[in-house]
Amino acid sequence: MTSEQGAEPRDGAMVAIEGLCKSYAAFQAVRDVSLVVPRGEAHFIIGPSGCGKSTLLRCINLLEEPTRGRMRVGETTMQFDGGRLPMSTREQAQYRTRVGMVFQQFHLFPHMTAIENIMEGPRTVKRMPNAAAREIAEALLEKVGLADKREAYPKHLSGGQAQRIAIARALAMAPEVVLFDEVTSALDPELVGEVLAVIRQLTEEGMTMIVVTHEMGFAREVANAVTFMDRGAVVEQGPTEKVLANVSNPRLEQFLRRFRS
Amino acid sequence: MSGYEWDFGKAFLHPGLWLQALVITLGYSSATIFCGLVIGVIAGMLLLSRHWLVRLPVSGFVQLFRCTPLLIQIIWFYYALPVALRITIPAWLAAGMGLTFYMAAFSAEIFRGGIMSIDKGQWQAAKAIGMLPWQVMRRVVLPQATRRMIPPFVNQSVLQLKNTSLLSIVAVPDLTYMAQVFVSETFRPLEIYTSLGVMYLIILYPLQKLAKRLERRDDV
Repeated sequence: MTSEQGAEPRDGAMVAIEGLCKSYAAFQAVRDVSLVVPRGEAHFIIGPSGCGKSTLLRCINLLEEPTRGRMRVGETTMQFDGGRLPMSTREQAQYRTRVGMVFQQFHLFPHMTAIENIMEGPRTVKRMPNAAAREIAEALLEKVGLADKREAYPKHLSGGQAQRIAIARALAMAPEVVLFDEVTSALDPELVGEVLAVIRQLTEEGMTMIVVTHEMGFAREVANAVTFMDRGAVVEQGPTEKVLANVSNPRLEQFLRRFRS
Repeated sequence: MSGYEWDFGKAFLHPGLWLQALVITLGYSSATIFCGLVIGVIAGMLLLSRHWLVRLPVSGFVQLFRCTPLLIQIIWFYYALPVALRITIPAWLAAGMGLTFYMAAFSAEIFRGGIMSIDKGQWQAAKAIGMLPWQVMRRVVLPQATRRMIPPFVNQSVLQLKNTSLLSIVAVPDLTYMAQVFVSETFRPLEIYTSLGVMYLIILYPLQKLAKRLERRDDV
């Protein structure tokens, strides 16, 4: 792999992925996936469980090391050719500060209060003074509607509240793009709405995001573009209304039918 | 069994010597616990290394000391090591080495287990906001793991204090050794060993209580 910093191309794309592959020994989890996300757009990835969509997200912020392909996020271009990642640990960490990620299981830090969770990135990674980090965190608590839970420990938060704090923690780093990995799948049905509301607000504010989800109604409503994956590969891709309205592909049709009932 | 006249007065003919022995027991306990913990934490970190060349010798050390009786370790360091290396080691030091390494071996496993018990998701979430591995360790993993390690560390320390009684085999005048001396002087083993047991109990009961309280702490 090679990586370089350069001016953002004129196409205005925040994320451009080309021919990305990820395999574990003989198993190909992600096969030749290409994806372009323009600045300020929400790109949704849907597909059956185990289709490789989560692995793709984890490849994008290098929690998994892609095997092959090209990837550009913001001004960082990376080329993977099966060799070792030449980006140093420090460069990878630096890169991740610009690519936020929210997890299905929240993964809040249980020994820190809600506000400390949000402040942790600015304070430890950006070495921001306490007061400045607190200011950012307070604003984000307000934004996700949890100002009153400032001093609560994660175990005292409901799933929906915990996930909103996790979103705030990702946003505190002011990332260029945020990756959402099935962030409502672990929630009780009545708590899904409050998390989706926060994501909807972010799309309205023009945050660039890649969202892996099973919430088809939500995808229809806010996605600018949709990718349907199956067995590691892209089956359908395009503007939301085109992909989800006139379904011609039998695999997508079968997948969507399960959500209609 | 009837007719035995208990006489605990015979057990305490030399309170000053008991006190000296108590100081030696507590001294060996705290010194070997402290040194064992320091070596154990370092060994535990090495056990977590990605390189098998680092892990292998440390793991060998840990297994060796966990799987041999402490009594043999104490005897070996006291008698065999100076001969094997053709050096003279002060007797008080040789006596403590077995105990120290024994504590270190168990501490290494406690440390390694504590770190491993932290959910992988914590690492991922911390890395995802851009933390470097040592920052993840210091800010996220260690604070959580330490709380889980404290109860087993206290338990191991309780065992360690009782295990200092084995030092009597190499003539360290600890509580147990002194009890043996008093027995040979007074022929009152029942009173003296009962008193000895009560002394260990009085020292360790509060420690055990403390461990329980730490286990119950639930602010996380």
